Amino acid sequence: MSVNENKDWEPKIIAICCNWCSYSGADLAGTNRLSYPANVKIIRVPCSCRVNPMFVLRAFQRGADGVILCGCHPGDCHYSTGNYHTRRRMTLLFSMLNYLGIESARTRVEWVSAAEGQRFVDVMDGFVKTITELGPNRRLEDLRCKQN
Amino acid sequence: MQAELIKRATELMEDGTVNRVLGWQKGQFVYDITPAVFTSVEDLKENFVYNAFCGDNLSKYLRAESEKEGKVLVFLKPCDTYSFNQLLTEYKIHRENVYVIGIECNGKTSGEDLKKKGIEGILDVEENGDELTVRTIYGDEKVSLKDVESYRCATCKSRKHVAYDELIGEDGDILDSHRFDQVEEIEKMSAEERFNFWRGEFSRCIRCNACRNVCPACTCEKCVFDNYDSGLYNKAAENTFEEQCFHIIRAYHVAGRCTDCGECSRVCPEHIPLHLLNRKFIKDYDALYGDFMAGAEVGQMSPVVDFTMDNDAEPSVVQKGGAE
Repeated sequence: MSVNENKDWEPKIIAICCNWCSYSGADLAGTNRLSYPANVKIIRVPCSCRVNPMFVLRAFQRGADGVILCGCHPGDCHYSTGNYHTRRRMTLLFSMLNYLGIESARTRVEWVSAAEGQRFVDVMDGFVKTITELGPNRRLEDLRCKQN
Repeated sequence: MQAELIKRATELMEDGTVNRVLGWQKGQFVYDITPAVFTSVEDLKENFVYNAFCGDNLSKYLRAESEKEGKVLVFLKPCDTYSFNQLLTEYKIHRENVYVIGIECNGKTSGEDLKKKGIEGILDVEENGDELTVRTIYGDEKVSLKDVESYRCATCKSRKHVAYDELIGEDGDILDSHRFDQVEEIEKMSAEERFNFWRGEFSRCIRCNACRNVCPACTCEKCVFDNYDSGLYNKAAENTFEEQCFHIIRAYHVAGRCTDCGECSRVCPEHIPLHLLNRKFIKDYDALYGDFMAGAEVGQMSPVVDFTMDNDAEPSVVQKGGAE
């Protein structure tokens, strides 16, 4: 794992948040005037299990440096079992990405509930810090999507 | 063995149990075997072959064949019966339209595997038990089947038939195959080495989609890779992530349903070790969620969907925080 020394570079983070918990959690962070890094771009999905593995791969291809999935805590899913599906699917996907040589620190799943505005901020702060240390994602990018 | 199979197939066709036979026929060369449907006894006697090159997994073809009228007779090797069960689990085969004869298998070879051993210009092959006599333009060579068998047969998981109506030959046992050895070797590499290894492999991919087309688990009628708008329709460039993306999605889509028959690697014209991707998924869910063999029984739940509600009992990426 190399440490990034390029000071001008800012990571791009895609946070995929479920509508019922994590997105509301981010909303709560906003209404409480808590600040979280501007590198994080949130995508709202109905449920964390809506996320197709292709979403994660595509985000990386189009220039994301890290992808984080946020969902309801186990047992709290709005659709009862969605996050259990997410847990198994993403465990396998991230392990496969690691197997192909993509650092597993670039991918993460976290549970953030609608009441956890502070936790959302902490999670994002931590994730942005990890990715900043890792440096830009060069392995997954698609040359056709590259902007010079 | 071939004569025995033809004899039994002829009997079943003549007494009206089945009206066609799904088997193998010779292609341009002796090692070019192609799956075929035989509709008459004459056709069967003339063209049906069964030899050490008949590696094709016929269960995939039952997807279409079992939709048709009348019963079809199919010959399945032990590893094919796993795929057959998996397709039954997914309601892709009409079991009542299929008559399965399980056949003994002692490992298969291929033209490529013989070439690797320096045997080229093959004209004909004679089989005598485990010994092959290969007639080439440079003269005859005798090899043992064990020495030239395909990698997937050297790491065979099981010689036991899990589904059949009748059996020709003897039923084997589930083997201790060491099939995850190569996966473990790759896991030991550093992230950089792993990435370079796979980029080297995938850069050869020509996106012929043979791995997808031959896979008995890939039975969707509409596939994301056929969608022109998906951006995954054809090859991008050798050093982009596009090829990795295709292979991750292909392997991911069959995770929990892959029976590890090794057809993907067998048909790959560029010899990309695709089975290593599938085996990584198998190894992962075996380690995390308990041993699971897709197709061992009909009606099994795939570990990808068979989750537990217990928060502590579930080993997953979430508890580890995604870090290495």
